[in-house]
Amino acid sequence: MKIAVCIKRVPVMEVKFAIAKDGASVDETGLKYDVNDFDLWAVEAALQLNEKNAPGEVTVISLGPDAASEQIRKALSMGADKGVLLKADKVPGDAFAVAEALAAELKAGAYDVILFGKKSIDFDNSATGAMVGELLGLPVVTGVSKLEIAGGKGTAHRAVEGGVEVLEFPLPAIVTVDEGLNKERLPSLKGIMAAKKKPLETKPAQLGGAGVTVSKMELPPERAAGRIVGEGAAAVPELVRLLQSEAKVL
Amino acid sequence: MPTYKAPLDDIRFLLTELLDVEQLSKLPGYEEATPDVLLAVLEEGAKLCEDVLAPINQSGDAEGCRYENGVVTTPKGFKEAYAEFVKGGWPAMTAPAEFGGQGLPHLTRFVLNEMMCAANLSFAMYPELGHGVAMTLEKWGNEELKHRFMPKIVDGTWTGTMCLTEPHAGTDLGIIRTKAVPAGDGVHELTGTKIFISAGDHDLAENVVHLVLAKLPDAPAGTKGISMFIVPKFLPTEEGGVGTANGVTCGSIEHKMGIKGNATCVINFDGAKGWLVGDEHKGMRAMFTMMNGARLGVGLQGLGLAEVAYQNALAYTKDRVQGRALTGKKAPEQEADPIIVHPDVRKMLLTQKAYVEGERALAYWVGQLIDVEEKHPDAEKRQEASDLVALMTPIIKGFLTDTGFESANLALQCLGGHGYVREYGLEQFVRDARIAQIYEGTNGVQALDLIGRKVPEGNGRLLRRFLTLVQADVKEAQGDPRVAEHAAQLADAVRKTQESIMTVMQKAMQNPDEAGAASTDFLRMMGLVATGWMWLKMARLAHDRLAAGGDARFYDAKVKTARFYFAKLLPQVDALAVTMKSGAAPLMELEAAAF
Ligand SMILES: Cc1cc2nc3c(=O)[nH]c(=O)nc-3n(C[C@H](O)[C@H](O)[C@H](O)COP(=O)(O)OP(=O)(O)OC[C@H]3O[C@@H](n4cnc5c(N)ncnc54)[C@H](O)[C@@H]3O)c2cc1C
Ligand SMILES: Cc1cc2nc3c(=O)[nH]c(=O)nc-3n(C[C@H](O)[C@H](O)[C@H](O)COP(=O)(O)OP(=O)(O)OC[C@H]3O[C@@H](n4cnc5c(N)ncnc54)[C@H](O)[C@@H]3O)c2cc1C
Repeated sequence: MKIAVCIKRVPVMEVKFAIAKDGASVDETGLKYDVNDFDLWAVEAALQLNEKNAPGEVTVISLGPDAASEQIRKALSMGADKGVLLKADKVPGDAFAVAEALAAELKAGAYDVILFGKKSIDFDNSATGAMVGELLGLPVVTGVSKLEIAGGKGTAHRAVEGGVEVLEFPLPAIVTVDEGLNKERLPSLKGIMAAKKKPLETKPAQLGGAGVTVSKMELPPERAAGRIVGEGAAAVPELVRLLQSEAKVL
Repeated sequence: MPTYKAPLDDIRFLLTELLDVEQLSKLPGYEEATPDVLLAVLEEGAKLCEDVLAPINQSGDAEGCRYENGVVTTPKGFKEAYAEFVKGGWPAMTAPAEFGGQGLPHLTRFVLNEMMCAANLSFAMYPELGHGVAMTLEKWGNEELKHRFMPKIVDGTWTGTMCLTEPHAGTDLGIIRTKAVPAGDGVHELTGTKIFISAGDHDLAENVVHLVLAKLPDAPAGTKGISMFIVPKFLPTEEGGVGTANGVTCGSIEHKMGIKGNATCVINFDGAKGWLVGDEHKGMRAMFTMMNGARLGVGLQGLGLAEVAYQNALAYTKDRVQGRALTGKKAPEQEADPIIVHPDVRKMLLTQKAYVEGERALAYWVGQLIDVEEKHPDAEKRQEASDLVALMTPIIKGFLTDTGFESANLALQCLGGHGYVREYGLEQFVRDARIAQIYEGTNGVQALDLIGRKVPEGNGRLLRRFLTLVQADVKEAQGDPRVAEHAAQLADAVRKTQESIMTVMQKAMQNPDEAGAASTDFLRMMGLVATGWMWLKMARLAHDRLAAGGDARFYDAKVKTARFYFAKLLPQVDALAVTMKSGAAPLMELEAAAF
């Protein structure tokens, strides 16, 4: 079985973000990067599917700058077989531009299953996987929390409001992965050493035209310091009054 | 709960900029160890430390090890963490490929070891001792012993220990009583009691392999009559599994101040089968392979604990508001200023930061020298590296653990009363750091090793080599206006160090107590000078990077921390020079009965 996983290089969220001088992007100085969490679970899902349906091959594809090869290497050290870097010095904010480039690459690969993370934790669009499915004319299942593939078809669970939806789909198909599907493995020392020797191909990304551009970014307003209204039950009336008149949440 | 983040930025700076580890990959056998591979390995190792080992550090301390019906149980979560560590192949990092290892440079292990000790010292010791046994066996064991034991230790299925101490013999191993009697076929039967054996028995691995110091029946008295044996808890089967119990039992475990998650055991040998490693009566020489490695490893324990304590203290001092800055409000919107504004709090923080970063550079430099000593094609280079490692071993052990404890204690102080209570975890770091000054040869013994063995060796050859390197850098830096002042301070410290040691060595020819009296002062002096040397190098490099537009925050902090080191820490050398000069008489004239 041939499996592809699309992964994104994203900033680690532990830092305080600043807005760049252009006012419409994030200041990148001092940022650290890692594989998008949801994509790590997609890689793990691919490795598990591959182990169950051997022989097969897992290809990891990332669209991003040269440095995104670090994230591809990480997936290779977890156990993926080969990597493709679709090089773009700046990753467009428009998911459709990215989806077109990924679709062009994926089309040539004749993959049985194409995995994505449900969303990337930097821009939260939840769009790329579904758009690629549309472009390739493949069935798409999003936000999957349980996945089985056997006999040329797949079964997936997705969480819906108040319950679980069970879906069946033919292959090839696109699956986007939600939290809870698995916990990604830590790369082993052997895996890390082996990753260096695995093939990683770099080619320019064939980005589509961007329909949407980011015009401005703003940080959320500073939260004002908390205020202690009083103590015990005696403070409740004043608290209610403030919540109504000042905070206007009641 | 305290947290730990591996200092990867500093590690990257040291490896790729200060130490230029690219050179390592040019040594035969290290071709694969390119900087990108080393960093990738260490980044993943860091995650393991942060996500798997650190979260069970505080609970491991609270729970401790248990001993019931002769069975030792480690705290909750240790077993799973060890399984994860083994599954990841981490025990095999530096071992040779022949025995299933990855053959990475020793420096890589130094870095991983620091991170593991910071995350969870009690845990780190279990695999670390196995690693020491494997290294010692590789050097001194015969082929059969190597093939029987090493692959299992290298892959983590078995762990190891070093069994030296006995109830009546700690520092003085010459008087040990454990006996080894030949029983034919190259087998010996060992009988005796060892105490304080770290990782002596536990539930993490299926077998524990002990390296034991014992005396043969015809042994000469003293340390020249000691032999080393390998004695497994369970006898290995032909197939490499574990067979019958071998008469090695754990009699009890210690209840102690710190490292409570590591079992410190009384180990009884009752006619246990053992095999000689190295030559008869030459066991001390062989055991020194393990001890030297372990001394450096213990130095890294001091470093790691100082780092994690500092991280937590730093976070607290930015958060805790108390009092106003003497120069006026710094955070007017709050009812008081964060305590990091106060000079005294800054002094505590900077002391920790300057020791930790300077000593990290020093320790990694030594780690790299071990690789040069082992792999360099040029014999002269190997000898130079070997001399420097020998000189630095007691300094890394003694200075990094003394200052490691001091740093952890300052970190606790930064939290005020909250440092003293359990919840914040600082008091655990202080307790855990304390043992590092004692085991593997007390720091007093390290100081004696430095002044009594390492300095006189080859008429001062080791010390000369080191000071030549320092002086070359000082000379260059004196012509560099950005750091000329630091270079002058270091030059002065070097001069005082040379004068002090010359005076002591001369006096010691008449009265050996003069050397003993000066020993710990001298070790600290050497530690301060060596760390100062690293700060001089780092300050120059940081200035270069700043000029080239490098990360302003990182390099500016290096420049300013260097300034702190030279202004506030290096001057201890002056006082030490005075106390060294005052000689042995003030220590020796009071009779024991009059104390
Ligand atoms: C938690 C823990 C774990 C340990 N793990 C191990 C282990 O795995 N394997 C092992 O074999 N041992 C282990 N030890 C033992 C440890 O190495 C010894 O405690 C240490 O070597 C000191 O020996 P001692 O306790 O007998 O002290 P002593 O030798 O009695 O020393 C007491 C004091 O006298 C000083 N002193 C002694 N002799 C001299 C001298 N000639 N000159 C100057 N000063 C001197 C010492 O510096 C020290 O301050 C461990 C100990 C502890 C507490
Ligand atoms: C076991 C125990 C028993 C205690 N018993 C009592 C008791 O019986 N009664 C009682 O009232 N309290 C008691 N305390 C509280 C104790 O007195 C305080 O913990 C202590 O005064 C420090 O205050 P803090 O913990 O809030 O630390 P902080 O005031 O937050 O200090 C944290 C650090 O910042 C430094 N710092 C703070 N302000 C400044 C400044 N302006 N300039 C320079 N440095 C500064 C401190 O020196 C310290 O290193 C006890 C505490 C403990 C742990």
